[in-house]
Amino acid sequence: MRSTSPGSTPRTPGRAPAVEVTGLVKRYGTKTAVDGLDLTVAHGTVTAVLGPNGAGKTTTVETCEGYRRPDDGTVRVLGLDPVADAAALRPRIGVMLQSGGVYAGARAEEMLRHTATLHAHPLDVGMLIDRLGLGSCGRTTYRRLSGGQQQRLALAMAVVGRPELVFLDEPTAGLDPQARHATWDLVRELRADGVSCVLTTHFMDEAEQLADDVAIIDGGRVIAQGSPDELCRGGAENSLRFTGRPGLDLASLLKALPADSSASEPASGVYRVHGKIDPQLLATVASWCAQNGVMPDAIAVERHTLEDVFLELTGKELRA
Amino acid sequence: MTATEAGTATTTGTFAPRPGAAPLPRMIRAQAALETRMLLRNGEQLLLTVIIPTLLLVLFSAVDIVDTGAGKAVDFLAPGILALAVMSTAFTGQAIATGFERRYGVLKRLAVSPLPRWGLMTAKTCAVLVTEVLQIALLTAVALALGWSPHGNPLTVLLLLLLGTAAFSGLGLLMAGTLKAEATLAAANLVFLLLLVGGGVIVPLAKFPEAARAVLHLLPISALSDGLREVLGHGASVPWSDLGVLAGWAVLGLGTAAKFFRWE
Repeated sequence: MRSTSPGSTPRTPGRAPAVEVTGLVKRYGTKTAVDGLDLTVAHGTVTAVLGPNGAGKTTTVETCEGYRRPDDGTVRVLGLDPVADAAALRPRIGVMLQSGGVYAGARAEEMLRHTATLHAHPLDVGMLIDRLGLGSCGRTTYRRLSGGQQQRLALAMAVVGRPELVFLDEPTAGLDPQARHATWDLVRELRADGVSCVLTTHFMDEAEQLADDVAIIDGGRVIAQGSPDELCRGGAENSLRFTGRPGLDLASLLKALPADSSASEPASGVYRVHGKIDPQLLATVASWCAQNGVMPDAIAVERHTLEDVFLELTGKELRA
Repeated sequence: MTATEAGTATTTGTFAPRPGAAPLPRMIRAQAALETRMLLRNGEQLLLTVIIPTLLLVLFSAVDIVDTGAGKAVDFLAPGILALAVMSTAFTGQAIATGFERRYGVLKRLAVSPLPRWGLMTAKTCAVLVTEVLQIALLTAVALALGWSPHGNPLTVLLLLLLGTAAFSGLGLLMAGTLKAEATLAAANLVFLLLLVGGGVIVPLAKFPEAARAVLHLLPISALSDGLREVLGHGASVPWSDLGVLAGWAVLGLGTAAKFFRWE
């Protein structure tokens, strides 16, 4: 589960949200990619945008970056209109595209130095190169970098200008575990230093690890938003699982449990109790086991992960 | 890689926001320098912009393959090769490079950088001009070594070269901004080859049938090579009709490119 508790840096109360999207609609021809989407990213927080492919994540993020003009609704990024105020907004945001963005013949370090030159107070390029493990490939041209190195270079380019807000579109797709952790550490440090961050991801553990807020998008709308804890607590029910000798009398167990609970034996000798799992229920199960001479082995509360919540909300079937 | 312990990051202030765009001249200078390096680093581009024009100049000056009319062959060839050099960089090279930059999201990423779009286009133009200066210096030196004796007003030559660059840039960007990168690659090379043969670069337009000649004269490459030849070969004052053709292509090319160019 979560090893960090975002919240170490207090959200600055009273500061305008970093991103405020209201009723966003975006159509491509007859297809509606985003359909009345609302999203608020509090200043200084990390917000993860989750959703199945084609849910409208990238369209939403790219509208915030000023690439697309909303068909309806309003988008404010750092208080500015991303299209009308593009010139004022661009220096203040950092953007990591899902892929590409670098001249095929440019060397990694050359491109990062160039990006730094476009900003007034850039970060130290050497430090960033060390942090993201790009030292060994600084003289390698972009087309010869591995996918993971290309990702890390794109991340470095997004943060080198010391932005107030970064948009990271699937920042760890295709990274090995080390590079993934280096990216996570960097995002945590950005947050600690007061940079707001919007990231899209397919990795639930990434959202659980990094995000203060998670917005689950499907069909062009936000269908759930909250902290990872809130999302895991709400919605899906939790369950209690234990093992014992096969064929216990479930009817007798049910009688002991509160009315809205259920009990099952999904596999021989494996028992599962669904319902409101609280200390009282745990004690009830334990005492029922004691009365029946059962040693409840491997008793555990199975807490829903963000992935369970996600699948429950967006459905399990594969989408085209 | 620094493996900081996973957990709550502490404030170091390293990443504390301090946004801002660099001064515009610095951004454009840096972008122009980068674009120039990208052009000069690319082997295929160098083949097109340096090696082919130089080889053609040397080969056709030394060996009497094409009847270039009265006078030294190099006096006919040098202006045409200069026109070819302009076309290779402003049109073919720029179209291919920009097409792939569009394909690989370079233009998209630059669009959210502090560099404004017009700044990027200015930088691209500077890179083309720097490359052309290098090409023209090299080709002029080679031509002089082959016995070329140029005439005419250098300012008129400069005007022709600049208008030619504008015309070819417009057409190159139009192609890069509307076609797929692979299609641009193929089409830009094909057009280069066709205009090399049919644009009065090494084969005098007089060699073509009367009917074809009228049309060929309206090509930007014909106007540029003919105009340069008029001034550098015969010391003509101002070749108005050629300048007019080039200006027409420049307006048409840059206008349609500005209207139809897609950045993604």
